[in-house]
Amino acid sequence: MASVTISQLSKSFGATEVLRGVSLEIADGEFLTLLGPSGCGKSTLLRLIAGLELQDTGSIAIGGAAVDALRPKQRNVAMVFQTYALYPHLTVAENIAVPLRMRRLSLTQRLPLVGRLLPGVRAIRDDIDRDVAAVANTLEIDHVLDRKPGQLSGGQRQRVAVGRAMVRQPAVFLMDEPLSNLDAKLRVQMRAEIAALHRRLGATFIYVTHDQIEAMTMSDRVAVMLDGELLQVATPKEIYADPADRRVAEFIGSPKINMLTARVRDAASVEIAGAVMPLATRAVLGTELQIGLRPELFRPLERAAETSLTGPVRFVEHMGSDTFIHVALAGERGALVARLPADSQGFAVGETVHLGFNPDRALVFARDGTRLRKSESNTLSFRRAMS
Amino acid sequence: MSARAPFRLAELARHAVLLLTASIVLLPFVWMVSLSLKPQGEVFQGTFSFLPERWHAIENYTRALTAVPVPRFLLNGVIVCGSILILQILVCAPAAYALAKLRFHGREALFALVLIGLLIPHQVLALPLYILGYQLGILNTYAALIFPFIVSPFGIFLFRQFFKTIPDDIVHAARLDGLSEFAIVWRVMVPMALPAVVAFSIFSVVSHWNDLFWPLIAVRAEELMPPPLGVVAFRNEEVGSDFGPLMAGATLIVAPLVVAFLAAQRWFIEGLTQGAVK
Amino acid sequence: MSATAQAPAPCANLPLSIRRVRQAETAVAHALVGPALFFLLTLFLLPTVAVFVIAATDWRFGARSLSFVGLANFAELFRDPLFLISLRNTAIYTLIVVPATTGLGLLVALLIEGGRSFRAFYRAVHFLPYMATLAAMAIAWEALLHPSVGLINQILRAAGLPTANWLRESATVLPVLAVIGVWKNLGFAMVMFLAGLKSIPCELLDAADIDGADSWLDRLRTVTLPLLGPVSMFVLIVTALRAFETFDTVKILTQGGPGKASETLLYTLYMESFEYLRTGYGAAVTVVFLLIVAALTLTQARMIDRRVHYT
Repeated sequence: MASVTISQLSKSFGATEVLRGVSLEIADGEFLTLLGPSGCGKSTLLRLIAGLELQDTGSIAIGGAAVDALRPKQRNVAMVFQTYALYPHLTVAENIAVPLRMRRLSLTQRLPLVGRLLPGVRAIRDDIDRDVAAVANTLEIDHVLDRKPGQLSGGQRQRVAVGRAMVRQPAVFLMDEPLSNLDAKLRVQMRAEIAALHRRLGATFIYVTHDQIEAMTMSDRVAVMLDGELLQVATPKEIYADPADRRVAEFIGSPKINMLTARVRDAASVEIAGAVMPLATRAVLGTELQIGLRPELFRPLERAAETSLTGPVRFVEHMGSDTFIHVALAGERGALVARLPADSQGFAVGETVHLGFNPDRALVFARDGTRLRKSESNTLSFRRAMS
Repeated sequence: MSARAPFRLAELARHAVLLLTASIVLLPFVWMVSLSLKPQGEVFQGTFSFLPERWHAIENYTRALTAVPVPRFLLNGVIVCGSILILQILVCAPAAYALAKLRFHGREALFALVLIGLLIPHQVLALPLYILGYQLGILNTYAALIFPFIVSPFGIFLFRQFFKTIPDDIVHAARLDGLSEFAIVWRVMVPMALPAVVAFSIFSVVSHWNDLFWPLIAVRAEELMPPPLGVVAFRNEEVGSDFGPLMAGATLIVAPLVVAFLAAQRWFIEGLTQGAVK
Repeated sequence: MSATAQAPAPCANLPLSIRRVRQAETAVAHALVGPALFFLLTLFLLPTVAVFVIAATDWRFGARSLSFVGLANFAELFRDPLFLISLRNTAIYTLIVVPATTGLGLLVALLIEGGRSFRAFYRAVHFLPYMATLAAMAIAWEALLHPSVGLINQILRAAGLPTANWLRESATVLPVLAVIGVWKNLGFAMVMFLAGLKSIPCELLDAADIDGADSWLDRLRTVTLPLLGPVSMFVLIVTALRAFETFDTVKILTQGGPGKASETLLYTLYMESFEYLRTGYGAAVTVVFLLIVAALTLTQARMIDRRVHYT
């Protein structure tokens, strides 16, 4: 059983509060990503789970058993570090073997020359060699077993780090931005490999990254973190389509979601960027809301319609696969970014364009950032949307 | 960054051992100062006390200051080390700049010469340099103490390493601004390489201040003696076991560098680490 | 456009304007390196050559004439029991000082880094001997080692242990000088190891923790000591060099005595060249000294090269 339960974890370094009362339940065998910008506390959370740091308050349980008093090696977790942290003076085979040696051989059995001669050690060492070879085979690094890390490429080193983690058959795999030191092409390949590894091993993976593509493509669930707090924990699809907080909506999605200020006009509509959009609310007149519109929601129209935004084109980006147009809107400081099919014609800079969209797909946020979801009566309620 | 709870016993053991080694290391210093405060009679009493029963500090230190010119020795140290340092920087910085940033015939050969210079300890050169000094008639002068050290292969090496890390574009910009190469060395490179200059300065001053070998050979007159040689002279004066003034003299000579070190620890240690990673 | 690129292209093939610029650049460069070059030649290269030349003569300083004797000085050197004693003493001294300094330096560095409190204080204290003028401190040591009133013997007497006339007995003089050598060089080793310890990546220690190597012994064996390899090698060689160059303590405390028991190589060099004025002979000693030092330094350079595979 390798579920992970985190309750009310807090951690401060000196005066800085890095984690504030974080709680999270991770199911056995789940691939959960901790996603957030640098400094949000995700790496600290990972280190707390590993036991490399001690939390100030709160508790951690692995497989149902509390691990707070246990040292890292006793927690049955394995970690892949951002810089791989391979022992530079050991060969690949020896690197992978370290956790097994520490576990299966006692201190005297590990002594340099003398240890080998003790009875039974031979058999244990052969076992270890076999396990190492098996892992190396799986990761396709058996041809570099005799090399030292300094002689390997980035991708190979990464695999050795994974191998060292795998060989312990831990309950939980912890990964701290393992792909950030690789080039783009290699990253794509390794994403697939890590996902495949997860499927094959069936172990619980806790993955830390600031890259939303990694989070979206590999995870069962994503936990978005900001400033030491969990903003939302949900499947990638839900995080994208149903963000609980404006900050989540802004963090996920490239290009960034368009956030427009709207004012409640009456019970059925709001004023937005000089236009009127149908939206049923029970809010007081004049209340300010934030409307989020993803770039792919827009269609160019011949003329203004009931739900459309109008403005002059400021900038056009032809990406080959898509075209992005940046449109200036009345009352908004930044330009609206709309994604249109690549063969869209006739958007010259300065030209006025009308962009239509489906108001049901709009994401509505209160001024403080909480997401407002529709209740059964199809109106927005102002109770705090729970994630 | 370990999650282990503070382990009191380990902490205590650490302090115990370190305090033990620290006290052994400090022993000569403490004893030296202690004896410098005691009158002759107490020295021979053979007691453990560090502080004297009868304070004889003034007498001892006065004797030290008058029997041989201790302040003169220290002044000589300043003069000699200062002159050496200035000359070294004057000679080495331009050469290092040329080696780092300019292209010219013989660059590789010159660098090879520098590397060879790094291999050769000064004591090896003492004999021929003594002969040279004799021929030039400068033995027994300040010049004799200074001239062997005018160029420092280590200085050239260190500055070159540092200058290489300064982007070429800064040199180009300076040239476009109309600076001559000499001006570039002194107005651009050296100011930007201040850590290396400081490191080298400390290294140079400390090693020449404490040098006994060459001054022993090069100089006889008491008024020229740098601190270590002064100590030898002082000791020959105080032949016998008049420990009080002897220790006072030693304390006076050791004090300047020690005080300077304690005041600017980090620079000294960084200077040394830099210097050693040659 | 890097000015530090390759060697200049052959001048003849370039247009005149570029050639002139190149020539100007070369002229300036020569002006910049001129003084350094001059002094390197006159103060390093020529004297080194001179040493070898003089070693092949029978010159005595002040004598009017000299004659070449080839390797006769060296032959005499290696037949001379006093020189061989000096060589042996220096070797013994080095063999005591190097491991002791390195080991103690490492121990102190590990202890200092192993805790959080008072680091700067301990570091400063242990480094002090390195800064202190050895000539002066030698006298302090003499007082400490004084057979009747020295603190060392006082303590031994109080503890009921045997005492000795440390600097005047041939059995003890060399080890005692070695102790002073260790005392002096400990700080240097410690500082080097401190820097080395600081450069060990934290993640490596974390990985070791997770892998199970979290006791102090396992950490030492798995991470700390292997990663201190290059620094250790460096400390060993530099300490060996300094041990070979030991002079101050011998000159001031023992003058090679009692009966050559503490005569070391550099002291022999000094005496032969500058006291006995047997210049040719002294030069031969110098050559031996140079070859040993050069061998040590080159070994160090080779070692550092080989360790480059540590990323």
